[in-house]
Amino acid sequence: MKITLNGKLTDTQIKSVFELKKTITDAKNTVVIVNGFAVNSDYFLSENDSVVIIEKGIMPSKDEFESMISARHTPLVYDRLKKAKVAIAGLGGLGSNIAIMLARTGIGKILIVDFDTVEPSNLNRQHYFIRHLSMQKTDALKEQILAINPFISVETKNIYLDETNIKDLFDGYEIVCEAFDNPACKATLVNTILTELPSTKIVAASGMAGYYSSNKIKTEKKMKNLYICGDLTNEAKPGTGLMAPRVQICAGHQANMIIRLLLGIEKV
Amino acid sequence: MKVNGKIISITTSQTLIYFLKDNNYEITKVAVELNGKIIPKTQFHNTAVCDSDTIEIVSFVGGG
Repeated sequence: MKITLNGKLTDTQIKSVFELKKTITDAKNTVVIVNGFAVNSDYFLSENDSVVIIEKGIMPSKDEFESMISARHTPLVYDRLKKAKVAIAGLGGLGSNIAIMLARTGIGKILIVDFDTVEPSNLNRQHYFIRHLSMQKTDALKEQILAINPFISVETKNIYLDETNIKDLFDGYEIVCEAFDNPACKATLVNTILTELPSTKIVAASGMAGYYSSNKIKTEKKMKNLYICGDLTNEAKPGTGLMAPRVQICAGHQANMIIRLLLGIEKV
Repeated sequence: MKVNGKIISITTSQTLIYFLKDNNYEITKVAVELNGKIIPKTQFHNTAVCDSDTIEIVSFVGGG
């Protein structure tokens, strides 16, 4: 019977996953994952099963490591996402969190774009730490992505996006994520991509300030290639700040819609 | 005329930019699809809209 064991195609006569584990390790502190699901009881192996056996507290070899990072994904889903490339425009509360989620999901290539540096007022909602203060956001985020999954290809651009450079930068990307703060910049990016890159889909955000109900934040398909996440209403303004929970809920909507689109699902 | 799924009535044909301003949209913050086609902002002033049109308007608010 052929199975994949810790990322390697393996021919085995062993019938159960616990028997298989005994051939690898006698450690008690292990995690056993079969086809994306962590099993606690024994499991009878079938042809083409994907099995990952992780000994906790032990750093695996590099060739086993990738299979362990991706072990909780449904196997074919990870293969598709690993081949995908996504661009994220703006690395604030939305973009930084989206980039981290896409990295954890195993998107193979991520382009991250922002002109700005990390400053203290970012830390209330953006995925940076004190050690990143004054760094370019692109560099601070790339460091984190590679610390989560070193098998991801991360490209960075420290530029201010406008009508003159959007088309050239995002040409060839099947999905661009709009994650700006400024509404006019959001509109410019969306308009430019919709009119000049007709085969690119854009996942944008509008309305996530304050601490209004989480359930007001939704994903909607608005035009042929435009998806918008948010409550569409609650803007950041004096007296209504941007706060981590709703910004991250909205970021989660965007990241999940991006994953759905990459897997061929256009329904929100 | 159908605007974001709602039926409204306009009596005369008008330019898109007039329609948007008349309905309190901020021109710099919108994306507009007219009868399934994206209208670039540079065309707002010379695109006519009439009662039989279907318009989808996305108006962005700040925050991210």
